[in-house]
Amino acid sequence: MKNKKQIDFSGALSSIFAILIGLLVGLIVLLLCNSKQAVPGFMMILTGSLTHGLKGIGQVFYYATPIILTGLSVGFAFKTGLFNIGASGQFIVGGFGAVFVGIMCKNLGGVHWIVALAASVVFGAVWGFVPGFLKAHFNVNEVIASIMMNYIGMYAVNWTVKGYKPLFNNLRNESNTVAVTAQIPKMGFDKIFPGSSVNGGFLIAIVVIILIYLLLNKTTFGYELKAVGFNKDASKYAGINEKKSIILSMTIAGAISGLAGGLLYLAGTGKHIEIVDTLASEGFSGISVALLGVCHPIGILFAGIFIAYLTAGGFYLQLFEFSTEIIDIIIAVIIYFSAFALIVKTMIAKTRQRKEIKKEQEGGKKA
Amino acid sequence: MNVIYFIFQQTMFFSIPLMIVALGGMFSERSGIINIALEGIMTMGAFTSILFLNLTGGKMSGQSQLLLAIVISMVTGGVFSLFHAYAAINMKADQTISGTALNMFAPAFAIFVARIIQGVQQIQFTNTFRIDSVPVLGSIPVIGPLFFKNTYITTFIGVGILIISTIVLYRTKFGLRLRACGEHPQAADAAGINVYHMQYAGVIISGMLGGLGGLVFVVPTSTNFNATVSGYGFLALAVLIFGQWKPVKIMWASLFFGLTKAIAASYSGIAFLSNLGIPSYLFKMIPYIATLVVLIFTSRNSQAPRAEGIPYDKGAR
Repeated sequence: MKNKKQIDFSGALSSIFAILIGLLVGLIVLLLCNSKQAVPGFMMILTGSLTHGLKGIGQVFYYATPIILTGLSVGFAFKTGLFNIGASGQFIVGGFGAVFVGIMCKNLGGVHWIVALAASVVFGAVWGFVPGFLKAHFNVNEVIASIMMNYIGMYAVNWTVKGYKPLFNNLRNESNTVAVTAQIPKMGFDKIFPGSSVNGGFLIAIVVIILIYLLLNKTTFGYELKAVGFNKDASKYAGINEKKSIILSMTIAGAISGLAGGLLYLAGTGKHIEIVDTLASEGFSGISVALLGVCHPIGILFAGIFIAYLTAGGFYLQLFEFSTEIIDIIIAVIIYFSAFALIVKTMIAKTRQRKEIKKEQEGGKKA
Repeated sequence: MNVIYFIFQQTMFFSIPLMIVALGGMFSERSGIINIALEGIMTMGAFTSILFLNLTGGKMSGQSQLLLAIVISMVTGGVFSLFHAYAAINMKADQTISGTALNMFAPAFAIFVARIIQGVQQIQFTNTFRIDSVPVLGSIPVIGPLFFKNTYITTFIGVGILIISTIVLYRTKFGLRLRACGEHPQAADAAGINVYHMQYAGVIISGMLGGLGGLVFVVPTSTNFNATVSGYGFLALAVLIFGQWKPVKIMWASLFFGLTKAIAASYSGIAFLSNLGIPSYLFKMIPYIATLVVLIFTSRNSQAPRAEGIPYDKGAR
C-alpha cells in the first residue's frame, strides 16, 4: 500500500517538473522574440483565463470538457495496451449522431438531449468497435485502422451533413443548429459562472471520469482489460477472452470520444459541424491530455483543465502581438519532458535510497 | 491512353512522398524505435525548405534551387529527429509520448516563426521545378509519357532512395546490424554491436527522409505551405505497417494508396469515371476503405520488429 502511494507521488512530481520546463521554454521564446513584451505576455499566459473572473473560469471548464473526454478515451485505451489514435474520427462521428438526433427528432421533449447524447455514445462506440474488431479477429494494427477510420468518419460526416437538406446550413457551410430541447441543460453552471458557456456537460465529463476510474480499478472486467494490455498471451492462458477484451476496450474508448463530440455540439454555444476536409483537432489534443495526465483518469481530468487554462490564457496573447501558437509550443515541450518521467522517477528513487542508506549508517554508528 | 498517363503521373505525386517517408520510418522502426513523429518531421522539413524557396525565389530558380531545398529539408528533418532519438534512446522515454510532442511542436513552431518573419503563416513559393519532358528519355513511346513527362526530379530521387534503402537494409553490414537491434538488441549487443549508435542512425535516417518527404509532398501539389502536411505523416505510418516494414512492399503499398488517392483527386476530369455518377465524397473515402479492406486480408501474419517500442536497457535479460 505504502509503495503504491510513492509511485503516484513521483508521477505527479515528474508532470510538475515537465510543466515548469515547458513554461520556462515558453518564457525564453517570448524573450527572444520581443524582450519588452515578454514578461507581461508570459503573465498573460499564466493568468489570462482569470481576467474575467468567474466567467473566465467557466470558459476554461467549457473548453476542457471535450478534451478531457477525448483524453480519457486515449488514456483508457492506453491502459489496456491499445493506442487509440482514432479519437478524432470517433469524436466527429459521435458529434454527428448527436446533431442528427438534435435536429431530426424534435418531438422528444424533455429527454431530447439525453437521447441525442446517447446517439453520440452509440455512434462513437461503433467507430471504435471497427478497429477493435479488426485487431481482435484479423490482427489489423489498431493504429493504422484508427487512422483510416478517422478519414472515413470525417468524409462520411461531411457527406451526410452536406447531402441531407434538413441538416445542412447552406449559407455558412456547416450543420444546422440543434433544437433547443436538445441542448444540454446548464445544471446550475450558468449561476456559478455567469456569462460563460460552461454547462452540464462538464459535470457529465466528471461522472464519466469517475466511472472509468471505478471500472479500471475496482472491477474484474477492468482488471481483465488491463491484464490483456500487459500480456495478451498470458491473459489468454489465464482464461481471459482476449479478443472480447480488445473489442470492448476499443468500443468503450470510441464511446467516450463520441460523447465528447456530443457534449461539444449540443452545448448550445453556436458550435456546428463545419464542412472542411480536416480531422477534428480535439482528437489529437486528447493524446496530449492523456499523456500529460499519465493515463490516469484523475490525472487526465486535471491535465484537461490545465491545457484548457493555458489555451484560454493564450487567446489574450494577441494583445501583446504574440501568436497564440506559443501555447502549443509550451504544451509540446511539456509533453516532451513528461516523457522523461522514468528518469525523474529513478532520480527520486535514488535520492530516497541514499537517504535511507545514510539513515541506516547513522543508526549503525549510534549503535 | 492519355488518361492512363495522366493518372499515373498524378499517382506519382501522392505515392513518392508517402514512400520516402514510410521508408524513413522503416529505418527507425527496424532499429527498434517507433517513430510516430513522422508527421511533425515532415512539417519541419517542408517548413524550412519552403521558406528557403520563398526567400531565394527571384534570385534563384529551377532544379538547382530545388536541390538545395532538398538538402535543407533533409538536414532539418535529421536535426529535428534528434530530439526524438535523445528522448527514446538516452532517456528511455515512452516513444509514443515524445513522438506526439514533436508532432505538436512542429506546426506551432512553423506558424510562429513564419508570422515573425513575414507576418502571415502561409509561405508562398513559385513552382519552377516541373519537368515537362526529360530530354531523349521523354520521347520513348509508352515509357516516356509514363515516367519522364510532367514529372519532378524528386520522383527520381524517391526511386533512388527505394533502391538504396533495399540494398542498405539487406546487403550491407549496417543493415544487418540495424535489423538485429530491432529484433533482439541484447543479442546484438552481445555480438559487439553498439545498439545506441545503431538506433541513433535509424532515427536520424528516418528524420532526413521524413523532412525530404515533407518537401516532396508540398512542391507538386500546392503553391504555398500552411504549416501542415495534411496527415501524410500518419498515412506514411499506415503505409509502413501495410508494407510490413519491408522496402519493396512499402513501395507497392504507397503506389496502391497513391493510385486510389490520385483517382479521388482527378476523377472529375476523366470522362468515364465522372459519368459513373459516384458522389465525390465516396471517391475521397475509397483510398481509406480500400486500405482497410486490403489490411483485413494481409494482416494475419503481420510481424513488426520484435523489440519495437521497448527502450533498450543494457541490464535487462
